[in-house]
Amino acid sequence: MTKKLSGQTLAKQIQERFPNSVAASDETSVVVNAPALLDVARYLKETPELAFDYLTCVTGLDYFDYLEVAYNLTSLQHNHSLLLKARCHDTENPSVPSLVSLWRGADLQEREIYDLLGISFPGHPNLKRIVLWEGFPGNPLRKAFL
Amino acid sequence: MEISQPKPLDPTALSLGLQIDKAEAATIESLRRSGPQPIPDPDAWLKAEISHNVMVTSLEGLIDWSRRSSVWPLTFGLACCAFEMIAAAASRFDISRFGMEVFRPSPRQADLMIVAGTVTWKMAPFLKRIYEQMAEPKWVVAMGACACSGGTFASSYGVVPGVNRLVPVDVYVPGCPPRPEGLLYGLTMLHKKIARDHSLDAAFKR
Repeated sequence: MTKKLSGQTLAKQIQERFPNSVAASDETSVVVNAPALLDVARYLKETPELAFDYLTCVTGLDYFDYLEVAYNLTSLQHNHSLLLKARCHDTENPSVPSLVSLWRGADLQEREIYDLLGISFPGHPNLKRIVLWEGFPGNPLRKAFL
Repeated sequence: MEISQPKPLDPTALSLGLQIDKAEAATIESLRRSGPQPIPDPDAWLKAEISHNVMVTSLEGLIDWSRRSSVWPLTFGLACCAFEMIAAAASRFDISRFGMEVFRPSPRQADLMIVAGTVTWKMAPFLKRIYEQMAEPKWVVAMGACACSGGTFASSYGVVPGVNRLVPVDVYVPGCPPRPEGLLYGLTMLHKKIARDHSLDAAFKR
C-alpha cells in the first residue's frame, strides 16, 4: 500500500529549507503559503529521498474566509504520498502559482479550478474556462454563488 | 527525468482560440435566452385522427409498417442512461427483436435520436446541430429523468432543463435510469405513434 507520509515531519523538513513557507501542518497534510508554493513543490519533486514525480489530483476548496488548493502528490519510486495545500486569504483576487512547469498533469485541472472557483494561476500557459463557456457570469463552486 | 516545458502559445493561435470560444459562448447564450417555453411535442397526428381526416390506403399501411419496423437509432448516449441503452441492445433485452440493432454513428443514416443522459448547456448547440443533420422522417426519444426535465439537476447552472427546450420530443421515458424494459416499452409506444403518423400523407401535403 502507498505509505501516507506524516505532514508534521515533512513540514519540519520544508521549514528548514524554506523558512516562513509552512503555514500549518497536521498528521495528513502540509499547508504552505501561496507565494512559496513553487519552490516547495520543486524541492519535493527533485529531492531524491522524496521524489514526488506523480501529481495525482489538484482540488480547489472554498472555506468562507479563505480558499485552498490541495495537491495530492505521489512518488512512484518510493511508493509514498503526501497532501500539499496552498492557502489563499484574498478572496477577491485569489492567485496561486501554477505548477504546470513541474507536472503537466496540472494543466487541465488548474483550468477547471479557475473556471469553477475563480482562483487564477499565474504561469499557466493557457488559463481559460474549460467546463463552462467564455463569458459565464461568476464561479459556481464558490459558497457565495447563488 | 526532464519534462519538456509547455511551449507558449503563439498569438495567432490564441486569438483564433478566443474567437472560437466567443462564438461558442454566443451560441450557448442565444439558446439559453430562447426562452423557457419548451418546443411543443409533435401531435399533429393526434388532431388529424380526432377530426377523422385520415384514410389509410394499403400503400401507406405498408410504408408505415416498414418505417416503424426498422427504426435505426443514433448513438447519442451522453451519461449513465447510455449504459441502460447498451443493456437494451445487448443479448438479454434484445433490441434487435424490433429491428433496431443497427445503431448508426452518423445522424444522416439514423431515424431516431435517443437522448440518453444529462444534456449540459455546453453540449446543447451540438445536440441541435446533430438533430438538424438527421433526414426526415425523424423522431426523438428523451430517455431518463435528465433528458425529460433536467431530473435531479433541473435547477443547475449548467444543465438544460429538459431536452424539449432544444428539439421536439416524441416519447418521454422517465426513470433514473429507466430499466431496459422501460426503454423498450417507450420504443413500442413510439412504434405505435409511427403507425398512426402517416408520414407519407404528411410528406405530400407539406
